[in-house]
Amino acid sequence: MFKYVVKRLLQAIFILVGISLILYILIRIMPVNIIRDKYYATHAQSDASEEELQKILDMYNLGDNSFKGICYGWWTWISNFIRGDLGNCLSRSEAVGDVIFRNMGLSFAISFISLILQLLIAIPLGIKCACNQYSKLDYTVTVLTMIGISFPSFFFANIVVKIFAVDLGWFPTGSLTSADLPTTANGFTVFVNMVWHLILPILVLTVLSIGSMMRYTRTNTLEVLNADYIRTARAKGLSENKVVYKHVFRNTLIPLVTTLAGILPGLFGGSMIIEQIFSLPGIGNTAYELTQKGDIPFIMGYDMFIATLTVIGILLTDIMYAIVDPRVKLGK
Amino acid sequence: MEEEQKENLISAEQEETKVNDFNGENLSDRVKTLSPGRTVAKRFFRSKLSVIGLVILITLFIISFFGPLFSPWGEQQVDRSEKVIVNVEETRYETADGQIVTGYEITVEVNDVNSYSDINKQHWLGTDSHGYDVFTRLLYGGRVSLTIGFLVVIVETLLGVVLGGLAGYFGGKVDNAIMRVTDILYCIPTLPIMLIFSAVFDSFEITSIIRLYYMMAILTLIGWAGTARLVRGQILSLREQEFMLAAKCSGLSVKRKIFKHLIPNVLPQLIVSMTLGLGSIILTEATLGFLGIGAPEGTATWGAMINTATDKYNLSYFPNLWIPAGICITLAILAFNFVGDGLRDAFDPKMKR
Repeated sequence: MFKYVVKRLLQAIFILVGISLILYILIRIMPVNIIRDKYYATHAQSDASEEELQKILDMYNLGDNSFKGICYGWWTWISNFIRGDLGNCLSRSEAVGDVIFRNMGLSFAISFISLILQLLIAIPLGIKCACNQYSKLDYTVTVLTMIGISFPSFFFANIVVKIFAVDLGWFPTGSLTSADLPTTANGFTVFVNMVWHLILPILVLTVLSIGSMMRYTRTNTLEVLNADYIRTARAKGLSENKVVYKHVFRNTLIPLVTTLAGILPGLFGGSMIIEQIFSLPGIGNTAYELTQKGDIPFIMGYDMFIATLTVIGILLTDIMYAIVDPRVKLGK
Repeated sequence: MEEEQKENLISAEQEETKVNDFNGENLSDRVKTLSPGRTVAKRFFRSKLSVIGLVILITLFIISFFGPLFSPWGEQQVDRSEKVIVNVEETRYETADGQIVTGYEITVEVNDVNSYSDINKQHWLGTDSHGYDVFTRLLYGGRVSLTIGFLVVIVETLLGVVLGGLAGYFGGKVDNAIMRVTDILYCIPTLPIMLIFSAVFDSFEITSIIRLYYMMAILTLIGWAGTARLVRGQILSLREQEFMLAAKCSGLSVKRKIFKHLIPNVLPQLIVSMTLGLGSIILTEATLGFLGIGAPEGTATWGAMINTATDKYNLSYFPNLWIPAGICITLAILAFNFVGDGLRDAFDPKMKR
């Protein structure tokens, strides 16, 4: 087990280094140069000189666009990254790490609440459908979840906004708090206002991802229901309720626990599209905005953050398998 | 299960009767047996959802590939019939002696482009802000989405099969090298990468339809990793089975062993993953269109049409501009999911029904 984890960790490091190299080269080919834009914005036409700009670019290791220059830039970046230094944002005078962590809270809150709702709805529903396979309920739920899975997030979000915010006017859209909220409002009022703003995004996120979890639960439950120990449980005369809630339910959770590790990037990384449609100041929205602006340190920091989460998620999934199910042996 | 066993029994019997065929009457004339392919087809068509999916897909295909031939409007043809806009503004004011007087200000504006037209006989779904016919653009968008989906999935599968097959068959260093590359591709965040690529294309001023092909190429390059993993996993387990030993003993060439004996055994899973992959590629393409980084401007794509809803004015007053496109995307993805699910169940030998 220990040997296996060490081997996987080494592989993970290799993957991250590879991703950072690809990302860095791509970003350097990217033309949007925020420093150039900023320089010409702050200096008058007569003041601006290419040489001074070049000097500033060199200061950030961004001046030399030859292959050697890019490699050197990447080397500096990765050695800083290993030391835990992600550098400073070019468009905001803040450290990249700070920008990520400050904006991450909101995204995390939304995803986390939505995740809890998903678990609360999807697991009971999935088990119920599996216990009544091919019933009317099963068919209805299966078709509905399929539709939920097939909805593009941006389309569904827009429909929800149109119906609940524009036509019915029940919920506000755009930003986190109402613009007309008095600055003197106490913490509780602000909190309630925020919750009111977040209901729609959470609804959208939940509806969109509940389908796959429901289907997963259903498939697993069906498998458990066919297992020998369930037949034994029935044979020794347990009531159907006891069979389902005690024996089936617990064993259904095993594969589900392992999938939970895989949602790490979604949980912390935010959702670019949903945050953008509801104009929430989360990490996804910030990432979209700064990527378009060409803020190189931020793009590198954010993308590597997501990649690291993905790698950790995959690693955790594999390890979880072995922890939850003792029959699984890791490593060959 | 019973049915299958019966089928097996019958085929075994049939073999025997063929050998000792005394009566001159072949049993196969009396008993109908099904080939594996036909069993799969039979199981597939028994599921209502898969048939519904197939019907939706065929309809979408026919409409979007042949529909534009019959449409009087083109993809980027502006309706130049004049549109008269009459604005009535009501103002109320109080006169000095306390009476409320209502005044109407009527302005008549003549627009030379028939933009934001209502739904009528000429424009089945109205026109958008440029005066383009929405329905016609919906059809052209379908062409783009479906073509991209198929091309990307086919190339991606070919790449994945070849590389995954090599990795699984040879193992060792080859496997290690290929798998590390797939690991990297698997963990790369797709959306941010596409944003960066889009900016790169902007800098090289690739704005024509070629941009779409480049985007497809990148989607393929990122996407083959999943197929390669699937193929490799399957081949690793197949490699140890007896029929491969037999193949080895008969001295078959490596190429023949991989492509004649291993790949056909992976085919069922491959077909299922291709069908489901088609749905996800269409979704990705639409997402790129929605973010405005996919196809060049002016090209009709479903994603770009939903993008019009980011304008609050369109979102509130002109649902005819974006809802049809959204329904089309959802239908297409839904249909591919239905068909993929149906195929998976049909290929599964453990399935009861």
